[in-house]
Amino acid sequence: MTTFNRQAVNTEIPANPENPEVYAMETNGLNVYYGDFLAVRDINLNIQRQRITAIIGPSGCGKSTVLRAFNRMNELVPTARATGQVLLHGKNIYDADVDPVQVRKRVGMVFQKPNPFPKSIYENIAWGAKINGFRGGKGDLDDLVESALKGAALWDEVNDKLDQSGLSLSGGQQQRLCIARTIAIKPDIILMDEPCSALDPIATLKIEQLMAILSYEYTIIIVTHNMQQAARVSDFTAFFSMDEDRAGTLMEFGETSKIFTNPTQKTTEDYITGRFG
Amino acid sequence: MKRPPLTDAADPFTSSNLQRRKKLARLWQIVFQASTIIGIIALSALLYNIINQSFGYVAIENTIDPQSLAVDGVPLEQLGKEELVFILEENVSKGKFRQLGREKPFEERSQEEIYSLVIDEVVEPQIVKTWLLSESLTQREQIQAEMAEKYPQAELVFRSWVNRNFITSPQSSEPLFAGIRTAILGSLWTIAITILFAFPLAVGAAIYLEEYARDNWFNRLIQTNINNLAGVPSIIYGMLGLAMFVRLLEPLTSGSVFGLVDPTTANGRTILSAGLTLMLLVLPLVIINAQEAIRAVPNSLRQASLGIGATKWQTIWAHVLPNAIPGILTGTILAISRAIGETAPLVVVGASTFITFDPSSPFSKFTTLPIQIYQWTARPQDEFRNIAGAAILVLLFLLLTLNAGAILLRNRYGRSYQ
Repeated sequence: MTTFNRQAVNTEIPANPENPEVYAMETNGLNVYYGDFLAVRDINLNIQRQRITAIIGPSGCGKSTVLRAFNRMNELVPTARATGQVLLHGKNIYDADVDPVQVRKRVGMVFQKPNPFPKSIYENIAWGAKINGFRGGKGDLDDLVESALKGAALWDEVNDKLDQSGLSLSGGQQQRLCIARTIAIKPDIILMDEPCSALDPIATLKIEQLMAILSYEYTIIIVTHNMQQAARVSDFTAFFSMDEDRAGTLMEFGETSKIFTNPTQKTTEDYITGRFG
Repeated sequence: MKRPPLTDAADPFTSSNLQRRKKLARLWQIVFQASTIIGIIALSALLYNIINQSFGYVAIENTIDPQSLAVDGVPLEQLGKEELVFILEENVSKGKFRQLGREKPFEERSQEEIYSLVIDEVVEPQIVKTWLLSESLTQREQIQAEMAEKYPQAELVFRSWVNRNFITSPQSSEPLFAGIRTAILGSLWTIAITILFAFPLAVGAAIYLEEYARDNWFNRLIQTNINNLAGVPSIIYGMLGLAMFVRLLEPLTSGSVFGLVDPTTANGRTILSAGLTLMLLVLPLVIINAQEAIRAVPNSLRQASLGIGATKWQTIWAHVLPNAIPGILTGTILAISRAIGETAPLVVVGASTFITFDPSSPFSKFTTLPIQIYQWTARPQDEFRNIAGAAILVLLFLLLTLNAGAILLRNRYGRSYQ
């Protein structure tokens, strides 16, 4: 079984914070409210391009809320609103002239529970391309489906049953189908909201390997409950915790190796050593 | 170290109140079974009653014995066309004969047609007495004795009141010849118009209320109103239909704005008015069911679709609606069942009680099966009760057929998102 040394990949991009091009996404003072309740307070995060950033923290600290604020998925909750800035290509995605549909095309999302469409495997991938204005013949679409499935390391398992329902696959395969569906529309960033929490260890390992490969091309932000997973797969780790008002805040952010071996904050150390959370 | 005992009871497998709990469960089970049985008994009684009236012996007396019409020993049904026309001319009044000739020239009629004319107009069979199916099966000897005593001229026949003639003939004042073709066609036209208007309106309203409407006082008011409208008595809808479709929108419902006025009717008491009135009646029912169906589509599916850059409408059209269609069709089935049996609002809207020609467009006068059944049961003669029973059987059959069609449609488009 292949294992990936995270520190060995993507060395061609220098982790130089002075160079704005290294950031795929930047947040400035991001607050997220549910009604009057401040769920997440003052988040300032710089997400590096083609790297995997993990968000960890105890339950209820706003990890998923922050993740959903990155592609305006929060807006599906009627009372939710966000203030502050989330910059994508230097443009605030919360600006009035930005359409959330366009944001979600650039920032794809993989959910906690695999949620393929109740359609064929082929249609699961082709539909996203079609609605996003895919121009090209049947052959081009076939190529796109094949490359997306290959990109999600699923092609070898499903190439002979593309017309079967996406729901006929196993949980791990379904999750990779969801990843294939996301990369088929060629986003800049892929958000993953606890993508392995419903999967068994073997399927989890496959997704983790896939993430390592995908990070050559895509920027990945993953929310996980599993600290070992964060340590295994991520280049950078953001540790979230709740402050005294029960609002989630960013406690510490840095290279994963540093966060896990030499955290600067006491709460971070307590959390990663299992003393709370 | 001493371990505490596993259980403090002397016998770990008996519980002081287990028998009592089991007895209670048994009691409830009996109650549920009993209610099911009561339902089955009620349904059986209904079916027994209808079937009892729809079949049975009838005593038919001919005004003129067909044998006396035989020419040179050739029985009536084997006579040629000319001879039958001659018999007809001999035995009916001149005016009646001319009228029949005007309806359709005798040269164009076939031998069977003229034969049935002779039977209707000359032989004129009449029912003198009818018996129920239960009597026909159990008291055959008494019936025959009664026949010999009271109606020596009459012929005793076992008659199924549901027969081909009954379904294909138009309404008639003679129960022996009365049929329900007009009523069946009227019911089908009305239901078609009801569904045609109710389905898109209801699905549209349900999509708006579930997917677009914000949670504010105005939308809550609409929602509450829809829920309450489902329980409004149907006669109220009839009055609304009378005021709105028959009176106010008369130019539209009579077809005069389209220049399609049916010559037999010049007002708004048309199939269109009836269909629209029933549409109002079933709309809340279909909306509520469609809303339930749309709500049952898992949110993860919407998120998946929105998450790859689909617009709200693309999400609704490609994922929400296809997955909600089975539930929406279930609501539609319920609506068909309700609408096809409605009588009161149609009486108010102005269903005709006696028409003999088929409806030909949405702007025709109409009658429906329930109206026809209601009319017949109100007549004093026994025979009308028999044909009412037969019409109920046809109505039930029609209802089951329509529902079966909708269920097939539902199963065809039914998908699972599990």
